[in-house]
Amino acid sequence: MGDRVSATPAAPTSRAPSAAFIFKKSVISALVALVLFSLMIGVRTEAGSDGQLTFWTRFGDLAAMVAAVFGGSIIIELLRQWWGPVDTAKVIPAPVQNAVSLAGRFVAPVLLVFTLLVPVLFYNERYVLDLGILVLTYVMLGWGLNVVVGLAGLLDLGYVAFYAVGAYSYALLATNFGLSFWICLPLAGILAAFWGVLLGFPVLRLRGDYLAIVTLAFGEIIRLVLINWQSLTGGPNGVTGIPRPTLFGIPLTNDDNGLAALLGIEFSPTHRIVFLFYLILALALLTNWVTIRLRRLPIGRAWEALREDEVACRALGINTTTTKLTAFATGAMFGGFAGAFFATRQGFISPESFTFHESALVLAIVVLGGMGSQLGVALAALTMIGGFELFRGLDQYRMLVFGMAMVLLMIWRPRGLIGHRAPTVFLQRQQAISSDLVKEGHG
Amino acid sequence: MDYFAQQLINGLVLGSIYGLIAIGYTMVYGIVGMINFAHGDIFMIGGFIALITFLILVSFGLTAIPLILLVVLLVSMAITALYGWTVERIAYRPLRHSFRLAPMLSAIGMSFVLTNYSQVAQGARVKPVPPIITGGHTLHEGAEGFVVQLSNIQIIVVITTVVLLAVFTWLVSSTRLGRDMRACEQDQTMASLLGVDVDRTISMTFVIGAALAAVAGMMYLLYYGLVDFFMGFVAGIKAFTAAVLGGIGSLPGAMLGGLLIGLIETLWSAYFSVEYKDVAAFSILIVVLIFLPTGLLGRPEVEKV
Repeated sequence: MGDRVSATPAAPTSRAPSAAFIFKKSVISALVALVLFSLMIGVRTEAGSDGQLTFWTRFGDLAAMVAAVFGGSIIIELLRQWWGPVDTAKVIPAPVQNAVSLAGRFVAPVLLVFTLLVPVLFYNERYVLDLGILVLTYVMLGWGLNVVVGLAGLLDLGYVAFYAVGAYSYALLATNFGLSFWICLPLAGILAAFWGVLLGFPVLRLRGDYLAIVTLAFGEIIRLVLINWQSLTGGPNGVTGIPRPTLFGIPLTNDDNGLAALLGIEFSPTHRIVFLFYLILALALLTNWVTIRLRRLPIGRAWEALREDEVACRALGINTTTTKLTAFATGAMFGGFAGAFFATRQGFISPESFTFHESALVLAIVVLGGMGSQLGVALAALTMIGGFELFRGLDQYRMLVFGMAMVLLMIWRPRGLIGHRAPTVFLQRQQAISSDLVKEGHG
Repeated sequence: MDYFAQQLINGLVLGSIYGLIAIGYTMVYGIVGMINFAHGDIFMIGGFIALITFLILVSFGLTAIPLILLVVLLVSMAITALYGWTVERIAYRPLRHSFRLAPMLSAIGMSFVLTNYSQVAQGARVKPVPPIITGGHTLHEGAEGFVVQLSNIQIIVVITTVVLLAVFTWLVSSTRLGRDMRACEQDQTMASLLGVDVDRTISMTFVIGAALAAVAGMMYLLYYGLVDFFMGFVAGIKAFTAAVLGGIGSLPGAMLGGLLIGLIETLWSAYFSVEYKDVAAFSILIVVLIFLPTGLLGRPEVEKV
């Protein structure tokens, strides 16, 4: 370790690539880009009105793209040179480290207080409130999936299935039987948990990537059934007219028994948005609280043990079957709650909302959050959804930017934004462990 | 019976296409141990490049169909292979020694990038092409007037698949590159100690996988007469299902899995319901994995402590 650190100051001068090297590398990148883009960007095809395909050339765009790649790779090389070699140890002085960890202790309370105040601060800005609700929904989904992926180490690519089960449970129960949101919410959770167990059974013996692909297939099966079972789910048209939630029976509407009339204040549609905001905040905090409590129970310890080493787990007499099933069920239940909330907020749901893209987004939030860190997941959800909203104006380029951001973030911080997690069990002194030292589970 | 025979033929042709894609998944998984989520999109890109090359050649006034097909095949294989190489270089190589989930998420990101790249570059609408290869043979004429047909395009798809599979098996079993690949599959550190260029071998694996996916993309274009930017996702999942079904890491397994998935899908659509054909394929994946967690031809994974 010591010699590596002492060697660092000399490294940039000795290893700095020359201008000719950078130029050569950029030319190669530009050539590769030229071949890659030659047909896909240089030529544009479109089906004409008579069904015949026509094409035209776009050499200007092609030249611009190749030039961009050339310039971009020069900049990247220069940045890399400035940044220094990637794998040298960067020593952070102890006072700075202490200051950072002290600040880290205040992030969560400050964030919580700020979130509580958002509806007060931004009362007149509907957009901010809507965005806040969206972010909190994903925070909740992230915390729910965190139980499965972050704590139990079971890689789940079909989490959106439980979200869908929750949403459709509420939508169908409310539209067909007229049940209220507060009765349906636990039912949606129970049904989603039931589906979680149902998925859990066949995949008990699978590990790692097999588990990933089966959960992905499961998510797709649920979506395909939702699309095709037209008599129950309305097929691709979805379910409309889902009732809005009530404050324990008091509707938030502009009539005589609405909340505004009862309190004697003037009615405003913002009341409902604020109510929804606090509702999802409460649900998310419930998820967080349950997860934190469960981590201190034997079952939570068993999850973490399972993540670290399944064989050792079995040798210690932990029942891996129930451990895995409870992880799936708990994660799925929170997904179901979030789904019910989604349905009541939108008032309309269709299978379009439950594609693989959603699962990938939630998984990306969990992994970026550092797999197991509650605060990390919240920050990652804020970053991802906030960033996603920032690029709303880019329209069709938005998913392109999102995909690139996912790749770049993984390369930059493969271990997530918050790269450490505190152990739940410790002997004398609590100490944060770098997650580089912690193995991820193999399902 | 005739109906069944016809469905059998259709299923085998579809299965050949899935098998070609599945080989790319299984090879990458064998060597790097990751699901290359972007592989389905590489297949889609292959289809697009075949389409564009075809349009350009036709506009130049070329009429000899075999020549056109050969050029289209070579161009789309070459450019798509470069796509495979670039994806590996950008998204996977920096994460080679990272923890297991990182390359997988990076691959999912790359898959989004490729899907939306072709949506932006070529538009969201389905691109139809007129049938390029027509004609066929009547194998059997049933009593009720049902005719079992084997079209020329079906023959071409199956022959191309068989030839490529033969070339590829030879490549893996009897060349230097194939030996390097098998060495890397067993133990990367040991292989590099013995002078195998691991980075290059892994790159070549991606290049070969992408080239085969390009062939599959072209066959898809010829067989179905259309491409669109979203076709990579479902085809990719099904091909991965095929790879898992056959036993991931095994080349004959990938082909067998592909054929089985193709047959299941076609027969299910023919006898039960078209809407639930994907559900059938995925359900069978789950059922197989319950009883045969390593797939049909896979080696059981040894659990080390």
